[in-house]
Amino acid sequence: MSTTAVDSAGIARSPFLCHEEPHAHNGTLLGFWIYLMSDCFIFASLFACYAVLGTSTAGGPTAAEVLDLHGLAVNTALLLVSSVTFGFAMLEMARRKKGAVLLWLAVSGLLAAGFVTLELREFASMIADGAGPGRSAFLSSFFTLVGTHGLHVSVGILWLIVLMVQLGKFGFNEANIRRMQCLSMFWHFLDLVWVGVFSFVYLAGVLR
Amino acid sequence: MLEPITHPAGRSLLFGRLTLDSLPFLKPDLEGHIVLATLVGVLLGGLAILGIVTKKRLWGYLWNEWFTSVDHKKLGIMYMILGTVMLLRGFADAVMMRAQQAVAFGPNMGYLPPEHYDQIFTAHGSIMIFFVAMAYIVGLINYVMPLQIGSRDVAFPFLNNLSFWFTFWGAITFMVSLFVGDFSTAGWLGYPPVSELQQGPGVDYYIWGLQLSGVGTLLSGVNFVVTIIKMRAPGMTMMKMPVFTWTSLCTSGLIIATFPVLTATLLLLSLDRYVGTHFFTSDFGGNVMMYINLIWVWGHPEVYILILPIFGIYSEIVPTFSGKPLFGYSSMVYATCAIMILSYLVWLHHFFTMGSGADVNSFFALTTMIISIPTGVKIFNWLFTMYRGRVHFTVPMLWTMGFLFTFTIGGMTGVMLSVAPADFLLHNSLFLIAHFHNVIIGGVVFGVFAGVNYWFPKAFGFKLDEFWGKASFWFWQIGFWLAFGPLYIMGFMGVTRRLSHFDNPALQPYFIVAGIGAALIALGIGSFVLQIAISILRRKQYAVGGDPWNGRTLEWATSSPPPGYNFAFTPNVHQRDAWMDMKKHGYQRPLEGFNDIHMPSNTAAGVVIGVLSFACCFALVWYIWWLAAASFVGVIVASIVHTFNYHRDYYIPKDEVRTFEHSGNWQPESQGANA
Repeated sequence: MSTTAVDSAGIARSPFLCHEEPHAHNGTLLGFWIYLMSDCFIFASLFACYAVLGTSTAGGPTAAEVLDLHGLAVNTALLLVSSVTFGFAMLEMARRKKGAVLLWLAVSGLLAAGFVTLELREFASMIADGAGPGRSAFLSSFFTLVGTHGLHVSVGILWLIVLMVQLGKFGFNEANIRRMQCLSMFWHFLDLVWVGVFSFVYLAGVLR
Repeated sequence: MLEPITHPAGRSLLFGRLTLDSLPFLKPDLEGHIVLATLVGVLLGGLAILGIVTKKRLWGYLWNEWFTSVDHKKLGIMYMILGTVMLLRGFADAVMMRAQQAVAFGPNMGYLPPEHYDQIFTAHGSIMIFFVAMAYIVGLINYVMPLQIGSRDVAFPFLNNLSFWFTFWGAITFMVSLFVGDFSTAGWLGYPPVSELQQGPGVDYYIWGLQLSGVGTLLSGVNFVVTIIKMRAPGMTMMKMPVFTWTSLCTSGLIIATFPVLTATLLLLSLDRYVGTHFFTSDFGGNVMMYINLIWVWGHPEVYILILPIFGIYSEIVPTFSGKPLFGYSSMVYATCAIMILSYLVWLHHFFTMGSGADVNSFFALTTMIISIPTGVKIFNWLFTMYRGRVHFTVPMLWTMGFLFTFTIGGMTGVMLSVAPADFLLHNSLFLIAHFHNVIIGGVVFGVFAGVNYWFPKAFGFKLDEFWGKASFWFWQIGFWLAFGPLYIMGFMGVTRRLSHFDNPALQPYFIVAGIGAALIALGIGSFVLQIAISILRRKQYAVGGDPWNGRTLEWATSSPPPGYNFAFTPNVHQRDAWMDMKKHGYQRPLEGFNDIHMPSNTAAGVVIGVLSFACCFALVWYIWWLAAASFVGVIVASIVHTFNYHRDYYIPKDEVRTFEHSGNWQPESQGANA
């Protein structure tokens, strides 16, 4: 390897250098995926707290008394369907149909907004019944876990609105496509977390 | 300042609960005068710096070349400066504690009231970990790792800048508590119930300062992992990476998996304090031990977050100054990975006394003992690298040898503490204090000084002064043992930590010796500052080229300091120790045939978001709700506005590259391989 080749222009080429710039990898998707995994640890901590405190009702209402499974069914359906509609938006993006993408994004956003509204109504009625987050450790951990998920969904809605504006204005450029892929991951991730909340908090809570 | 706050509602619409009584320097007592004098000093010093910057018309330079820079090298240097400034602050706290404990016996209550003393040990611990050690670690990784893998920058240059500003403003949040209000008295991990609502705004400073810097660190961790996974030079497979890069990868993995737990734990604590939840209260079903568990699920991996990259630094220094490749490269990598995983499984050894039972305690005692095995592997690897090598006793190498000696003893006292029954006696004693200072000073601090002495010539183009470097080393080394040897002995005798006054006069000689040790360490820090000052004055005399130490890894293949683009051509790696490989094969640096180089542009978004986040945190501490809401909205708006900027990169024209490659600081070129 000690010999240095000479290229057509008469310039020495070292085997130790890339004379053509290597193709730059885009790490955004990997980075965002790693961020999601770190977010997972936030939820894991909150789930752990709920596991420890879920029965510490301090004489206040238990999970079975305050949780409403009927509202939950609607709520869950809204969020899971919004994941499907987001998938449609991604499919339309592959066909580069801007109008359809924006339409499906709007549908997903509205469904998620419905989810957040129902959740806030549930919170409001619980607080009105004297079962607010300050009543017991169980309720503290319930409101924090469910509320943190709801906050994530709200951030997702804000992001979705911004991205719709950007898609409308700048179209399918490289950055916007990447951002759609990230938001899509975020959206499905929140679905997955909700499945955990739904089984671990609501179903297990009512059975307990 | 400790009046119970029963209702978290604001007191005045404009200033929240911030009143003139919150300003300690207005108080007519001794403490007030001390704070006032400090404040005047800080203001005069600050005004002098601002005056000089303005007079020399440096604002534009600082703004364009540093504050808004996304260059990993400049951010790395800014982290190192932040770490050094905070080291001086944290060490001032240490000196105050040593002085208090050396005199406060019997009728003499010392010069610090207990509540002030509590604030000082809390500030000392949290500043030293979060704003000294972490700043140094992130700074060194930032500077060195992208160069070692032959990259032009990190994967997310803007996030890197944002991380720095989050860390910076987190540190400022801590510093503001000196002059506005007070600081937490709950220890460096903010244990409830001391950190619950009965405590004033000090705990809120602690919480929000850590939340800011924690987010910054998490973003850095994500950034580093993606950089190492995606941006290595062609040919550099994982097992050809320099060991420092490997340890950076493992540390970043630990950051990603533990800092969210810290964020969540502090969030729960702040909910207890702000909205009256009952996570860690002693009534309404709250569970204090849950906090202790959660915080150590972060806290124990954290100490490995600190030490792993430091192990990497030693693994670069020892081969360079022994003139040999690292002994047992693969075992070093596997040991690092093993430590990374095991560090998750030991957190309970911080509270064997919780009462979790013999079986649980045995499990955590065993994992703790097991983790010393991969660490021992590393020690032997360094020793065998030196064995039959031609060891050059440079300043970095001195620090390394001091580390081998000191850290090994600290590791052994750690194994003693891992024995659960023994820990029941040593728990919360000065023995523990001596142990963790032994590994953190003997490991992390020595390693940072080794790394600074090793890579300083790369960053600035001149070496650091040898004499003052050696003076700093010896002051630290001897001062350390004088300061902490007595603590080991007193810990055995049952003296507990965090006391501001003692009844037993027989202990005083030990504390006086410890105070002398602290004075020697002060001389060590002074020598370090002097070393840098003298080297800057003699920079012409100490000037070096790209490869002053006959280095082995790629950072030495470019100029000192490196150009913004790092490498005119991305290196093509064939073997481990890629630069040594290039030198052995008679590599000649090309002087023609350059291409345009694609680089990320500077941005002010990080500065703006950082300032707004700080405003939000300050407002939350004092319940100034309008400001908190406004600055929070500001953070979101600034972030969204930033996403509308689609032009974040530019090309350095090849003529400019050629100009630098013909003028950069390369000489004297390395004399070639002699290993």
